[in-house]
Amino acid sequence: MGLEEKLPAGILLTSVEKLVNWSRKSSFWPATFGLACCAIEMMAAGASRFDLGRWGMEVFRASPRQADLMIVAGRVSQKMAPVLRQIYDQMPDPKWVLSMGVCASSGGMFNNYAIVQGVDHVVPVDMYLPGCPPRPEMLIDAILKLREKIMAAPLGANGRKMLAAREERYGKPVSPPGSVPSSYAVDKAKRAEWLKAVAEGREEQLRIENWMRRQDHLAEVEK
Amino acid sequence: MTVPIPTTPTGASSGAPAEHPPSSPAGRGMFGVAGSGDTSGFGGLERRRPTALDTPRPYGEGFDEVVDALEAAYPAFDEAIERVVVDRGELTLHIRPEHIVEVCQALRDDEALRYELCSSVSGVDYLGQPDGRRLHAVYELTSMTYRRRVRLEVAVAADEPHIPSVTRVYPTADWQEREAYDMFGIVFDGHPNLTRILMPDDWEGFPQRKDYPLGGVPVEYKGVEIPPPDQRRSYQ
Amino acid sequence: MTSYAESRETTEGKVFTVTGGDWDEVIAGHDPVSEERIVVNLGPQHPSTHGVLRLILELEGESVTETRVVVGYLHTGIEKNLEYRNWTQGTTFVTRMDYLAPMFNEAAYCLGVEKLLGIGVPERATTIRVIMMELNRIASHLVWLATTGLELGALSMMLYGFREREMILDIFELASGLRMNHAYIRPGGLAQDLPDAAVAKTREFLELMPGKLKEYENLLSGQPIWMKRTKGVAVLDVTGCLALGVTGPVLRSAGLGWDLRKTMPYCGYETYEFDVPVRESADVWGRYEVRLDEMRESLKIVEQALDRLAPGPVMVEDRKIAWPAQLALGVDGLGNSLEHVAKIMGQSMEALIHHFKLVTEGFRVPPGQVYVGIEAPRGELGAHVVSDGGTRPYRVHYRDPSFVNLQALPAISEGGLLADVIAGGASLDPVMGGCDR
Repeated sequence: MGLEEKLPAGILLTSVEKLVNWSRKSSFWPATFGLACCAIEMMAAGASRFDLGRWGMEVFRASPRQADLMIVAGRVSQKMAPVLRQIYDQMPDPKWVLSMGVCASSGGMFNNYAIVQGVDHVVPVDMYLPGCPPRPEMLIDAILKLREKIMAAPLGANGRKMLAAREERYGKPVSPPGSVPSSYAVDKAKRAEWLKAVAEGREEQLRIENWMRRQDHLAEVEK
Repeated sequence: MTVPIPTTPTGASSGAPAEHPPSSPAGRGMFGVAGSGDTSGFGGLERRRPTALDTPRPYGEGFDEVVDALEAAYPAFDEAIERVVVDRGELTLHIRPEHIVEVCQALRDDEALRYELCSSVSGVDYLGQPDGRRLHAVYELTSMTYRRRVRLEVAVAADEPHIPSVTRVYPTADWQEREAYDMFGIVFDGHPNLTRILMPDDWEGFPQRKDYPLGGVPVEYKGVEIPPPDQRRSYQ
Repeated sequence: MTSYAESRETTEGKVFTVTGGDWDEVIAGHDPVSEERIVVNLGPQHPSTHGVLRLILELEGESVTETRVVVGYLHTGIEKNLEYRNWTQGTTFVTRMDYLAPMFNEAAYCLGVEKLLGIGVPERATTIRVIMMELNRIASHLVWLATTGLELGALSMMLYGFREREMILDIFELASGLRMNHAYIRPGGLAQDLPDAAVAKTREFLELMPGKLKEYENLLSGQPIWMKRTKGVAVLDVTGCLALGVTGPVLRSAGLGWDLRKTMPYCGYETYEFDVPVRESADVWGRYEVRLDEMRESLKIVEQALDRLAPGPVMVEDRKIAWPAQLALGVDGLGNSLEHVAKIMGQSMEALIHHFKLVTEGFRVPPGQVYVGIEAPRGELGAHVVSDGGTRPYRVHYRDPSFVNLQALPAISEGGLLADVIAGGASLDPVMGGCDR
C-alpha cells in the first residue's frame, strides 16, 4: 500500500514545505496547449504505450483554471503568442511551464519572421525539453525532472532563507535537483554513480559507456 | 608580415533570394560557382534558360486541343493570352489581368474544357523582371472530366497589384486569394472579404515577397554565434 | 392598465412587491430564445484536438446562425524558409507542414523536384515510397478516428487509435530513425534503404490490423449514440464540395469517386489493385465509413507493394544528384557508414568532391515550374515548385487540403446545432500545420 502503511506507530514527521511540495508534484495536472507536431507526441505520451496516467496526468485539463502545468507543445507563431500569455495568466498559482520541443524552447528550425524564438520571450519557463519532436519517453523524463525540481523548491520567503542557510552549511548539491535523468534517479546505486560522475565532470561519458554496454552488437565489436 | 584584409569572398554570397533574380546566369553544369576558380571540370549539363518565350506550335501531349478549344470558347483569346508555355509536360497560359475571370469562366463552363476544380491559387514574386511586373498569381485548374491540368499565370506590378477575383467562378479561391494577398500584397478586386489570413491582422508588410527579410535572429550555440539563415555565408 | 406589482416609495427608492402569477403576461411579448444571440469564441486553445483553430460562432439558443473561421495561429513561414535552403534540405522543412502525414508532404515535394530535374527514381524507391505513404495514410486515419471519437465522447477510441498508430510509428522508426517528421523521402529516392526488420514488422502489422478495424467497427458502427451524432450531420453535397474545392474523403462521401491515385496516378499507383470507397450520404457517417474503408484498401496496397519489393538501389544513379551518404549505426550513434567514409577519404576523389559539393552547395535544378498533386489522407495535396536554375528553391507553394477544406466549415455548420459544429469540423479532418504552413 502507500506511505501510510509503513509508518511506525502511525506518526509521520515532516515539514510543511516537504508536504506541500509532495502534494504539488504528485497531483500535477497538465493544461492542453498542443500546437503542432509535439502535440501529437504529447497525446501519444498520454495514450496507452507511454501512459502518463502512471503519474495521474493522463487527463489534460481543458480549462487552464484547473491546471498547474502548461506544456507548450509546438511552434508558437506571432499570432498565437498573445493567446499563450492569456492562457498562462489564467492559470492559478502555483503554476509551471514546460516548453516541449525545440520550437517552443528556442524557435527550433524556424528562425524566421513568423515564429517566436522561444516561449521564454512570452512566459517564464521551468523546464526546456529539446527534440523535434521529443519522444514520449523524453517528455516523461522532463516531467519527472520537473517534479524533482518542485520537490526541492523552497516554500515562501522563509523557505528561501532556510535553503540559503542549508547550502551555506553543507554546500550546494553536486547536481541541482531536477538534473539527474530519471533512469538514473530511480536506483540508489545508479544515482550514486551519476553523482560521482558529475563531480568528475564526466556524466555524458558515463551515459555513453552505459549505452554501449547495452548494445549487444557493439559489445561484440569491442571484443 | 601582412595582415589579411577582410573582403567578401568571391563566388560565395549570403544567398538571399533578392540577390539572385531569376535571370542571373548561375553557371554551367550541375556544379559551378561563378567568378571563382572552380576547376571541377564538370560541365555536362547544359542549363536551359528560363522560358520568357512562347512555345511554338505544335505543343504536343493534347495541349493543342485545349488551346484550340479555349480559342473557340473565348472570343477575346488573342488579347487575353500573352504567352503559351509548354514545359515538362505542363501547359501554362499567361493571361492579362483584366481577362482572368472570363477566361476562368470559359475554362470552367465550356464542354470541351470543363476545368471544374480550381486546385490552387499561388503567388510568386519574380523580383528583377525587366518589365516590372513582378507579382504573379498562378492558378492551377484541374479538369475532372478529362483528367488534365492547366496553369494560368497573371502578372502585375507591385505598385498597382490589382487582379480581378475569380471567386465568382471558383468559390474555392476565396481563402487562397486571401493568402496571396497576405503574403504578396496582390489585391483581388471583387473578393468578398480580402483580409489577412495567416499573419496577425495588424501586420505590416508582405512576408513572402523577395525583398522582405526572412526575419531570423542570431543564435548562440556552444559559444559560437550563428547568424540567421538569410545572412549566413553560403555556397551558391 | 393592470398593475403587475405594487410599488411604494421608500428612503432607498421605489420598492416593488411582486406576487407572481402574472409572469406569463410579462414575458409574453418578448421571447428570449429566439431574440437572444450569443457570440461564442471557440478560441485557438480548446480541447478539440485539431490544433489551433479559432471559430467564432453566433448562436441562437443551441443552433448556429453564423460561423466564422480564423486560421493562421500556426503560420510558420515554411514556404519562405525553403527559399534559403538546398533542395535536399527542403525535405526536412516540408515534412513538418501537415505533421500527421509527413510522408505525403515529402513525396509531393520530391516528385515536384524530380519532375523539374527530369529524372526517374529507382523501382525499389518508388515501391517503398508507396508503402510509406499508405502506412502513413492508415496512421493519419487512425488519429482522425481517435480524435473524432474523443470529441464525440467515445473516449476508448482515442486509446485504441493511438495504440495501433504506435505500431506504424515503430515501422517508421526502423526505416528512417524517427517516429514523426522523418526526412525520409528525398529528391532522387530515399534517405536510406528499408531494413529487413521493418519489412517483417510491416507484415506483422498487416496481419493484425484487419482484426483491429473490425474491433473499431464493432465499437462504433452499431452504436446508437454514434449513429445519431453522425448520420445526417454536417451534410455537404457534391456541388458544394466542388464549388468549395473540397477533395479527399469528404468529396468521396458525397458520391464522387475522385481519387488522384486512380484518376491521375503517380508513383506507379496504376499498377496496384485497390478500390476507392465512395458513399452517397455526404454526412459525418459517410466520411467515417469512407475512412474506415480507405484503411482497408491501404492495407491491400501495402501488401501488394511488399510482395513486389526486389533488391535494388534506392537512390538515383546520377552521382551529381544522389545524396551521397549512407547512414549506419556506429560507435557513437547514427552517422555516416564507415565504408562510405573510407571510400571518400581513401579510394575515390570524385566521390569526395561529389560529397563535398552536394552537402555544401547542393545540386542545381533547371529552371521552370511544376505542379504535382497527390492524394493525401485529407485530399489533394499539391506542390507548386518553381526553380530559377539555382541550388535553392525559388518558390514552393503547397496547396494543402486542410486549408481548402476548412473553407467548407461555415457551409456545413450554419443552421445546425452547436454539437454538430464539433462533429462536422472533426469530419473535415483539418490539421492546422498544413492549413497554416
